Amino acid sequence: MMQKTGVIYQGFRSEKELAEIPGVPSDERIKKGSVAFIECAQEIPCNPCEEACPYGAISVGKPITNLPKLDEDKCIGCGSCIAACPGLAIFLVNASKSKGEVSFPFEYYPLPKKGDEVDCVDREGNIVVKGKVLRIIKPPKYDATAVITVVIPIEYIKIVRSIKRLGRS
Amino acid sequence: MKTTDIAVIGAGPAGLSCAVEAAKSGARVTVLDENLKPGGQLFKQIHKFFGSREHRAGIRGFRIGQQLLEATERLDVQVLLDAAVYGIYEDRLIAYITDGRDHTIKAKKIVLATGASENALAFPGCTLPGVMGAGAAQTMINVNRVLPGKKIIMVGSGNVGLIVSYQLMQAGADVVALIEAAPKIGGYGVHAGKIRRAGVPIYTSTTIKEVLGEEKVEGVITASLDEKWQHIEDTEKRFEADTVCLAVGLSPLTELAWMAGCEFTFIPPLGGHVPIHDRNMESTLTGVYIAGDITGVEEASSAMEEGRLAGVACAESLGYYNEKQALALKNEIWDRLDALRTGPFGEGRFTAKLKQLEARRQLA
Repeated sequence: MMQKTGVIYQGFRSEKELAEIPGVPSDERIKKGSVAFIECAQEIPCNPCEEACPYGAISVGKPITNLPKLDEDKCIGCGSCIAACPGLAIFLVNASKSKGEVSFPFEYYPLPKKGDEVDCVDREGNIVVKGKVLRIIKPPKYDATAVITVVIPIEYIKIVRSIKRLGRS
Repeated sequence: MKTTDIAVIGAGPAGLSCAVEAAKSGARVTVLDENLKPGGQLFKQIHKFFGSREHRAGIRGFRIGQQLLEATERLDVQVLLDAAVYGIYEDRLIAYITDGRDHTIKAKKIVLATGASENALAFPGCTLPGVMGAGAAQTMINVNRVLPGKKIIMVGSGNVGLIVSYQLMQAGADVVALIEAAPKIGGYGVHAGKIRRAGVPIYTSTTIKEVLGEEKVEGVITASLDEKWQHIEDTEKRFEADTVCLAVGLSPLTELAWMAGCEFTFIPPLGGHVPIHDRNMESTLTGVYIAGDITGVEEASSAMEEGRLAGVACAESLGYYNEKQALALKNEIWDRLDALRTGPFGEGRFTAKLKQLEARRQLA
């Protein structure tokens, strides 16, 4: 039986769905530097991302079920939206250097440390490549959600979305 | 005999929101709850809530619970705990048991905010220790800090199944698989996305055939379902697991409303038989209001708004607000409620709630 693709069948957004939603930046913009990558594909009543952006780069408007729309020219890639998204569906991607960078929310203990080599996973949890932890930020306003940035080969910036959970001792 | 202006039964999100809103008007409010601690299910909600700023979006559920409790203290709301209400009699006399002894309290208005309870599922092995409601597992990990098992099978892909799967992993367990009888994932894609990238497979059109084990859960056999929800032969899969969590819906806890004599209507998307109410959340009994999951199963944000609505309406009918003040407050709340009942996940509930209101109009 052919597996039907799409978020309602597989639990993650297909490439087709990602191509159609207004929160995904263009390849040209990703090459210029860090930018938000908003994987919000369903019209659910939710808008904290809109308020979290200090640059007005994310708009939801009314009704609040609208999908968040990214203004990629206004976005400076600060990452303020990442921990504000209750669905943990916002990432940062950066293809402006020789290596790629992806930032994602992470709410599991233990946290990795800066400089650690980690197993990077795709949207299905498959380990696809090794990455190096560039930074981990967890200010009080993120309310316990850590935002981790990994350095990975540039061809993986649209694939890697988290790291494998680390074992507990 | 003890008396109060407004007695709220249930100290969950709907009940506490109702109490705070009513107390703001100056009314004397007493909340009764059978549990030892207030908050209902809010204190085990460790995830950030959806909605907009007015709905407290982006704030973790248990923090909303703390804010509500602080507000009840500030506003001198009396919260009676370990108080199991067992009867509502004429003239809004409430009977309850605390510490093994009978008590009564007489209220000018009653708000029933009793919530809902988890549905069970029958299959061979369903009585083995280790088979439990997903909500029970959530209470164990997030309130009592006890891990129910290490290898979990979750049944049901609604938001409860998806969120509790995520939280079980946060607590240190592995979720071996999530299975769903319907052909599609029921809850939010973003919740599903969180557990997928943590490596949890989701099997749709799949059910439990049998749970294996002598004294406790040792494994699970699943089977695929066809379009008529029948087992397809030779599709069995075996999983090693020590815990099975059931997230297969909730049913409104309506016993007190039945007993009091409220009229009901049958609306399956809301969880079955639900008391009929008007736009003030008043049931068919004068002075008896309902709010939250008892009125039809939704989620905590809607429950809180319904609680506020009942609180304002009670305060108005007792003269603490004039018609104009109350109308302004109620309109704001209705706008927020409507916003939560839009989009592909909310429209069904919006239509179902309209039916419930329509049932009230037909009686009038």
